[in-house]
Amino acid sequence: MAAAETVLDVRDLKVRFRTLDGAVEAVKGININVKAGETVAVVGESGSGKSQTMMAAMGLLASNGEATGAVDYRGSNLLTMRKSELNKVRGRKISMIFQEPMTSLDPLYTIGNQLMEPIRRHRGLSAAAAREEALKLLRLVHIPDPERRLKSYPHEMSGGQRQRVMIAMALANDPDVLIADEPTTALDVTIQAQILVLLAELQKKLGMAIVFITHDLGIVRRFADRVYVMRSGEVVEEGEATALFANPQHPYTKMLLAAEPTGRKAPPPPDAPILLEGRKVEVTFKIGGGLLAGDPVILRAVDDISIRLKRNQTIGIVGESGSGKSTLGRALLRLLPSDGQIRFGNSDISAADKQAMRPLRRELQLVFQDPFGSLSPRMTVGQIITEGLLVHEPSLSSKERDRRAMEALQEVGLDPVMRNRYPHEFSGGQRQRIAIARAMILKPKVVVLDEPTSALDRSVQKQIVELLRKLQADHDLSYLFISHDLAVVRAMADYIIVMKQGKIVEEGQTEAIFDHPREKYTQTLMAAAIDSTRFRASA
Amino acid sequence: MLIYVFRRLLTAIPTLFVIVTLAFFLIRVAPGGPFNQERGLSPVIKANLEAQFGLNDPLWKQYLNYLNNLLHGSFGPSYNLPDFTVGELFWKGLPISVQLGASALILALILGSILGVVAALNQNKSADYAVIAVATAGSTIPTFVIAPLIQLVFGLSWKLLPIGGWGDGALINKIGPVLTLALPQIAIVARLMRGSMIESLRSHHIRTARALGLSDWSVVVKHALRGALLPIVSYAGPAAAALLTGSIVVETIFSIPGVGRYFVDAALNRDYTLVMGTVVVIAIFTILFNLIVDILYAVVDPRVRYD
Repeated sequence: MAAAETVLDVRDLKVRFRTLDGAVEAVKGININVKAGETVAVVGESGSGKSQTMMAAMGLLASNGEATGAVDYRGSNLLTMRKSELNKVRGRKISMIFQEPMTSLDPLYTIGNQLMEPIRRHRGLSAAAAREEALKLLRLVHIPDPERRLKSYPHEMSGGQRQRVMIAMALANDPDVLIADEPTTALDVTIQAQILVLLAELQKKLGMAIVFITHDLGIVRRFADRVYVMRSGEVVEEGEATALFANPQHPYTKMLLAAEPTGRKAPPPPDAPILLEGRKVEVTFKIGGGLLAGDPVILRAVDDISIRLKRNQTIGIVGESGSGKSTLGRALLRLLPSDGQIRFGNSDISAADKQAMRPLRRELQLVFQDPFGSLSPRMTVGQIITEGLLVHEPSLSSKERDRRAMEALQEVGLDPVMRNRYPHEFSGGQRQRIAIARAMILKPKVVVLDEPTSALDRSVQKQIVELLRKLQADHDLSYLFISHDLAVVRAMADYIIVMKQGKIVEEGQTEAIFDHPREKYTQTLMAAAIDSTRFRASA
Repeated sequence: MLIYVFRRLLTAIPTLFVIVTLAFFLIRVAPGGPFNQERGLSPVIKANLEAQFGLNDPLWKQYLNYLNNLLHGSFGPSYNLPDFTVGELFWKGLPISVQLGASALILALILGSILGVVAALNQNKSADYAVIAVATAGSTIPTFVIAPLIQLVFGLSWKLLPIGGWGDGALINKIGPVLTLALPQIAIVARLMRGSMIESLRSHHIRTARALGLSDWSVVVKHALRGALLPIVSYAGPAAAALLTGSIVVETIFSIPGVGRYFVDAALNRDYTLVMGTVVVIAIFTILFNLIVDILYAVVDPRVRYD
């Protein structure tokens, strides 16, 4: 491996975008090289320029972007190549897979059609021969029943399967370099692990180099030979993966490595009162149906779940997408109609109507995952966080409300001066703090946190976790913490419920679940998320 | 799919019934009647006429009579054009309006789509601005300005086209009215296509196609254009229904014996049966083209399934 040839050589690459506010430099003169057959990770948080580097190499920059410098593939510069020449390299010698498996395939054509197109284009095969190739590729990426799948449309497949098809398309012409841009970020952890194992296996079999763009250091540690760490358009550190993890030099790398949320939460005292309780909660959705369409399909999103949340307790609800964890959170707050019994404090709220729920709402708060969509863009931060006060404490004077807004902002670690600004002026982490302030200003007892850290960079995640823990300690709060991210859950929750298909698979004290998961599903989940052994081609 | 079409046609029956009922009673709410003319008929003649057409019967009876006739395929006689039944008027005029409308629609879809795609591919460049300018002009200049202009320039000055008339459907007689009908539609289709194509070109699967080194032709036509067609398809349905049932402005200015003028004339003259006939014809066209749109949707987009 030592003397392997350099296949991709990025030299002094600069990427600039023309915008209405002038030129923005996304990549500021970086050098990256990739040798045949090796795995190189480009790591960085959002906005570091890691994706744009590879987009520039592939000629895929948005129309207002331009790249200078050089990206040499085996000696010829991709940036200055004619488009017809470039089209002979991309898809054939260098190919790319993307972060969005759900939308990266053309929804209007069958899998077979899309797989055969690059094969026929680059290798000039007949339709029948290309079809054989496509079948072979689907088998290679372990798509079950490939004959039938050739005729499937993308919407008939899951995200993991679509990503496998993407990989098959990328590998169709046996490329030298595969660029994988956050290929597993949008997938559930167990699927994530499967895709990574698949990539490792294919690399071993086919021998291509992989450029792995990711924000996830856990994946880098388990996957890459060499690492480039990027921050605001520059490479701040590079080196062999093992050395870099063992002995990071740059403060930013150190910060990234330390960014895994740490600490554990102690369970509440055994005599702590139960605040929120659900008994045999069930939520069903009807899909389809109608006067002429026949009977609807009934989907049981939450299936016979009982849960007891004590004061000062954090219950982590863990599960993959579609497991019903968010639905359960909303049902417990009575934001969704459900069967079964729900008690808050000493009263049964299962049958409470909107009017009866209203005074309780201030004590039962909810924080959402998406800090970009959950704040009204037309209201100032001050208006956003005090809106609840208008309903629950209408007697407050506007001066008093303003004082409370300042307090709340201070409490979540934001400068109170910011209350007159609008959400778009804030970063994702700041917005999530605003969303938390909006819940906290009402002095709630129970807060349902629905993936509050999932849209954030690791280093910001850690800060939010610390903030939430501090608020809990200060105000004796109870949290229902919904997340698919086990590292965060471990740091937040003292009790864990593992959900799958609307049912509880396993529950117990956090440490017990993490150290000795009993159920097979929990074990898979843990292995996929926490394990630090390298992804290997399965034997 | 066949079951779906059948079901949609079945649900069209109650829809039509509601439309007919509403139209029947609404036009009766308007004051006056078919025989209240400016100079007034003598009361005896008027009474005789009204008796002959059953206009003295109670309204519910007239309504039931009308429904009964309709079920037997008869729209009844026209009150103001007494030599014709409403059926005969449509039988003669509708094919003419449909010919003009269909030609204009096809022209607009083809030309508008091409212009839109060209603009999208050259977004914010001069070709794009040119298309936007043409589209804006096309949709803001009213047909009653365009039509006389065409007559003036091509008819009077250059003597290339006849100024008006149907000429028993000669091609040369159709050019003026079809152009007039098509111009605003070209503009609308071009604008729609531009927007939808720009969006389509930005989608993730287009990035995939480019990353795979596919040719520009495949990227643009096979992958981007097909997805961009959906908004055009949904616009084309209602537009077709409106175009094919004739345009009063174009048919009046070019003296074309289509059905476009009936709606307004009939409503003004309280020619109840002709109003009802026009309503039914437009309703049927609208329902039919909406069904066609929905079927085309399923053809273009495999995610749309109706079983």
